[in-house]
Amino acid sequence: MAIKTESFILNMGPQHPSTHGVFRMRVTLDGEVVVDVEPVIGYLHRGIEKLGETRTYTQIIPLTDRLDYVASMTNNFAYVLAVEKLAGIEVPERAEYLRIIMAETMRIASHLMAVGFFLNDLGALMTPVLYMWREREKLLDLYEMVCGQRLTYNYMRIGGVSQDVPEEFLPALKKFVAEMPGFIDEYDQLLSQNEVLLARTKGVCILPRDTAINTAASGPVLRASGVKWDLRKADPYSIYDRFDFDVPVGSVGDNYDRYWVRMQEMRQSVRILEQAIAQLPEGEVCAKVPQLLRPPVGEVYGHIEAPKGELGFYLVSDNSIAPYRFHIRPPTLINLTALKDMVIGWKVADLIITFGSIDVCLGEIDR
Amino acid sequence: MTLLEQFRLWLGGIWPEWAAYIVPAIVGIVVVLGFVLTLVIVFIWYERRLMGRFQIRLGPNRLGPEGIFQPIATAVKILLKEDIVPAKSDKVIHWLAPVIVFVPVLMIFAVVPFGERAILTDLNVGVVYVVAISSISAVGIYMAGWASNNKYALISALRAVAQMVSYELPMVLAILGVVLMSGSLSMTQIVASQKIPFLLLQPLGFVIFFLGTVAEINRSPFDLLEADSEIVAGYHIEYSGMKFAMFYLGEYGHALAYSCIIATLFLSGWQGPLSPPIIWLVIKVMAVFFVIVWMRSTLPRLRVDQLMAFAWKGLLPMAIINLFIVAAEVLWLSEIMPWLMVAVNFVFAGVLVLLWSKLFTLGGGRVEV
Amino acid sequence: MKFERYGIGVAKGMAVTFKHLFRPPITVQYPEEKLIVSRRIRGNELVWYPDRCTGCATCAKSCPQGNIEIVTHVGSENNYVVDKFEVDTGRCMFCGLCVEACPFDALAMGISYERAQHRRKQLVLSKEELQLSDVRQPSGYARPRIEASLPKQSLLIYWDKEDGGQKLSWLGLSKKRGRGV
Repeated sequence: MAIKTESFILNMGPQHPSTHGVFRMRVTLDGEVVVDVEPVIGYLHRGIEKLGETRTYTQIIPLTDRLDYVASMTNNFAYVLAVEKLAGIEVPERAEYLRIIMAETMRIASHLMAVGFFLNDLGALMTPVLYMWREREKLLDLYEMVCGQRLTYNYMRIGGVSQDVPEEFLPALKKFVAEMPGFIDEYDQLLSQNEVLLARTKGVCILPRDTAINTAASGPVLRASGVKWDLRKADPYSIYDRFDFDVPVGSVGDNYDRYWVRMQEMRQSVRILEQAIAQLPEGEVCAKVPQLLRPPVGEVYGHIEAPKGELGFYLVSDNSIAPYRFHIRPPTLINLTALKDMVIGWKVADLIITFGSIDVCLGEIDR
Repeated sequence: MTLLEQFRLWLGGIWPEWAAYIVPAIVGIVVVLGFVLTLVIVFIWYERRLMGRFQIRLGPNRLGPEGIFQPIATAVKILLKEDIVPAKSDKVIHWLAPVIVFVPVLMIFAVVPFGERAILTDLNVGVVYVVAISSISAVGIYMAGWASNNKYALISALRAVAQMVSYELPMVLAILGVVLMSGSLSMTQIVASQKIPFLLLQPLGFVIFFLGTVAEINRSPFDLLEADSEIVAGYHIEYSGMKFAMFYLGEYGHALAYSCIIATLFLSGWQGPLSPPIIWLVIKVMAVFFVIVWMRSTLPRLRVDQLMAFAWKGLLPMAIINLFIVAAEVLWLSEIMPWLMVAVNFVFAGVLVLLWSKLFTLGGGRVEV
Repeated sequence: MKFERYGIGVAKGMAVTFKHLFRPPITVQYPEEKLIVSRRIRGNELVWYPDRCTGCATCAKSCPQGNIEIVTHVGSENNYVVDKFEVDTGRCMFCGLCVEACPFDALAMGISYERAQHRRKQLVLSKEELQLSDVRQPSGYARPRIEASLPKQSLLIYWDKEDGGQKLSWLGLSKKRGRGV
């Protein structure tokens, strides 16, 4: 007697504990094996690009906070760099160093959240999340001290940063930087040699090197597949060429490498922070820029290495107080196009954790 | 001659025969069930506070001093919820499934010895009874998953059958080692023959039985039936109200039942100096549960094919080898120096675990030899 | 990276979890214990000083949403008299651009974050409600003189120190600290 089987469509809907936001996937399953994945996005669309056309260049900065709300400082940073490139504005030294400090602490905070929730998807019920959020909480306290908010900072301005750091910021930051390597070692002891984690993630859902390059992936997803491409070294922006750090590169491109690359990047960020704190000069924190800035006619694409990938802003100006066109290149939307290549042939459980290892944030996918 | 049988004989002198038969039974059942349900409530509180402490936070501490009324508030909340049945589900099976999952849990406590003669019924095939009853819950879980008319529940139900069937075999073989060493299938005899706890005499058997238990009660790292992050509550996704309370209490009841079985079979039950036997049993059960909660809060979960590979290729061969070793020892070594057996067994356990895990390769998501 | 496959990785992980049993929890029992917020907090309200405001409406022009509504008339001494100054805190995102823009220091962010109301209309703050009072205190965002007079923030990085840190008790509630407006 022949057994007839057929595949069925499972809707992992917008409300799901593991889809990192309102994201919907229509998965075609044959038993437990994934045959096809169709992502459906748009549940968080707020029209930021259209709103940007009716706001002045300074008023767009709070809007960019809400793109990748986990790592808001880097969104501000990328946008402000693009505008400064367009209008040809010089930034004072102290402001550059403060921006680097904010960007690298933001990278640590974002990777802590990414790794924590990757393990939450794997099934370690919130324990690694709570350990990593203790460190993230220390960083959020520092941000609250500087700019008054913990999630949407609105700290960078065109020409520098909005205000100087108070005097208790640097001792607290030095204490954090001194303690952080110890905590990263503790996470390594908890996680990196865990046999269950290795069995679930080693060799699973491999993204080959050529596919990663062809789908324009960037960030830890690309570096885990063996491509040594980091915008801080390849196309240095701000003052990154003054710091000495390594770029961790994975070997195979499986889920374990994506997790490992993020842990190593946290260590390298601590290295950059130590150097930046030591070299911090005195001075002004913001250049003199008119309140209603009118850049010359032209277009610019400014990009940085955000924790999730290459975040870019494309601005077209027609010499008025608001941009003519404001477009955002979200890193996770482009990385998400590689999901189907990675997941076909594996099981449902692997689909969920692969999706977690890409580390999406729906705010910037749907804008 | 258990306490209840003595009670019945004494009553038989005063009352007619049928009354002397029924009244001790009812008294025994009420006492045991009261003890069990109270301990389940304590376990729920214990687990939530302990998981909170492992995760550097406090557990629930608002209701009552240190939160001891929290489980009661949870139970009341669940009872007050509306009982929603999906429209296209199979109504009879949907209604029957929680009963089939919950009742076997209570039935296991009939053969757990709480003291020297305090046991509900001293079956002389107690171990076989426990093994038989505990496999009925798997059928209940499958019924719950199928009758819900929900794809998530169906995936979970099929995984449940695979998991629970796979882990029965290593568990039974580990129990057979204990039975060989003590010489009888009755639970009171097994406790009485443990001068040295069987944990020390059969470490490998203990590890196999412990892992099998954790898999049978669907806890991390084997909790893929109710994997919160993948299939959103699995087989009890469409249950609410009292039926969900049965699943919830049944899960903790299962944990309690198996902890009692482990304490009886491997940790020498109620034996211990200086205090009433029931206190020692409760202490041992809490210790076993502590280790179970500790594992739950640390480890991620396995995938279903890795779990079955672990059972069939890892635990089952080791359980068979363990049985042969124990049989050989009982034949030749048991009269002289039981402490020699302890040393020999530990060495064997260590060597086997190292050698066996060398054979496994991890990679490609597969755990294979 | 050497991988041990005998279960030692699992045992090491469980040792880390066990160590955490002996560290005090970092939970703050709100609302009995409140943390001291930052001196530059952008809380959920604004504070308006009528004696410094000249009705120039720079704040209204710099708001990305257009939340501030100002109505003035020309007064007797050739100045603007402000009739209506309303802020819709329901739509406000508390970015602070209006506070930075004011040339006369007449507007400041508030420090309170417990500003929930039952109706949306109650979130629109009128001229009288916005002024300085017992329940409406300013924060030091872009206002260095106010910032210097506020207490220092309680930081988790100093949690084991008594001053400026959050010394929390093992179980149960510790005594009330901080400013709960």
